[in-house]
Amino acid sequence: MRGELWAKLESANPAGSVKDRAALWMVVAAEEEGQLGAGATILDATSGNTGVALAMVGAVRGHRVELCMPDKVSLERKRIARAYGASLVLTDPLEGTDGAIREAQRRAREAPDHYVYVDQYGNPANPLAHELTTGPEIWRQTDGRATHFVAGVGTSGTVVGVSRALRPRGVRIVAVQPDDALHGIEGWKHMATAIRPAIWDEAVADRHRVMGTEEAIAMTRRLAKEEGIFSGVSGGAAVAAACAVAREEAGRIVVLIADGGERYLSTPLWE
Amino acid sequence: MPVTVRLPGALRDATGGETKLIASGATLRDVIADIDRRHPGFASRVLDEGGALRTYVNVYIGEEDARSHGGVAAKVPEGSEVMVIPAMAGG
Repeated sequence: MRGELWAKLESANPAGSVKDRAALWMVVAAEEEGQLGAGATILDATSGNTGVALAMVGAVRGHRVELCMPDKVSLERKRIARAYGASLVLTDPLEGTDGAIREAQRRAREAPDHYVYVDQYGNPANPLAHELTTGPEIWRQTDGRATHFVAGVGTSGTVVGVSRALRPRGVRIVAVQPDDALHGIEGWKHMATAIRPAIWDEAVADRHRVMGTEEAIAMTRRLAKEEGIFSGVSGGAAVAAACAVAREEAGRIVVLIADGGERYLSTPLWE
Repeated sequence: MPVTVRLPGALRDATGGETKLIASGATLRDVIADIDRRHPGFASRVLDEGGALRTYVNVYIGEEDARSHGGVAAKVPEGSEVMVIPAMAGG
């Protein structure tokens, strides 16, 4: 490979994923705007990690949290969110995360005084968290020598925020999506067939790549065996994409691994 | 043995736009083969080269995960509902 790979392990965050950042910033923004008065409940749609993160932040800061989540998300994420005290509304698994989004929108519309719908897909505090924390951390931790940043696109908050922080410093941004509507890269979105997040802007990336699920799974397993990095499948997908970049270009290539493999122990990934 | 098969929108292109089909078969393998006869290429979307369920494709027969009952060899009782569940995208 021409480039060297540096991995940023977001599983080291307090609730175990990159979503802790957006969750904290969205809740703090709602507090500062006076939305989270007595009796208010934080509401969002999630495929799991943001739900876990919001539940943890809600527990710490004394807010009730309600999460719309597709039934059949991994057992671990449902149990962790409940352990932090959140209540779950399970939606039709066939409608995926888009079905959960529609349910959260419906609830927020019907009871606007009860819910504070933080809407991770449209909340500017999501990318702002990465602009003000993830991006500067990467710059500092690479001694100001990062040349590329590679990450998958889910809500797109990570890519959009890090781009704002690091692109002005000359870092090239690589955004990665699943290669097919039917994919197994949990947390990533196939934008052409999903509800488009309001915060997403293709122009923040210098390059767009796609990744297949089989290659992502193979890399996820390899990361554990060869590098001692126990990751979710989205981390394997991001690393596989970063390896492709490193084969083509020299530089210090930073790849973001969004969560840890523990969250998927009940899935076929580790059978 | 007719069963109802419900598919995610992500598989709509493999079934001519249908997300709810009636199919027949005693096992999950038979049901998938029946759909594939009408919609060639469907099986390759959900099965790997060895004929097993792709790692990222989850199938429920009623409330039961087919993997816990033999994968494609799982029995599909007459009248049951089979659901193919996609990965949970984005956030």
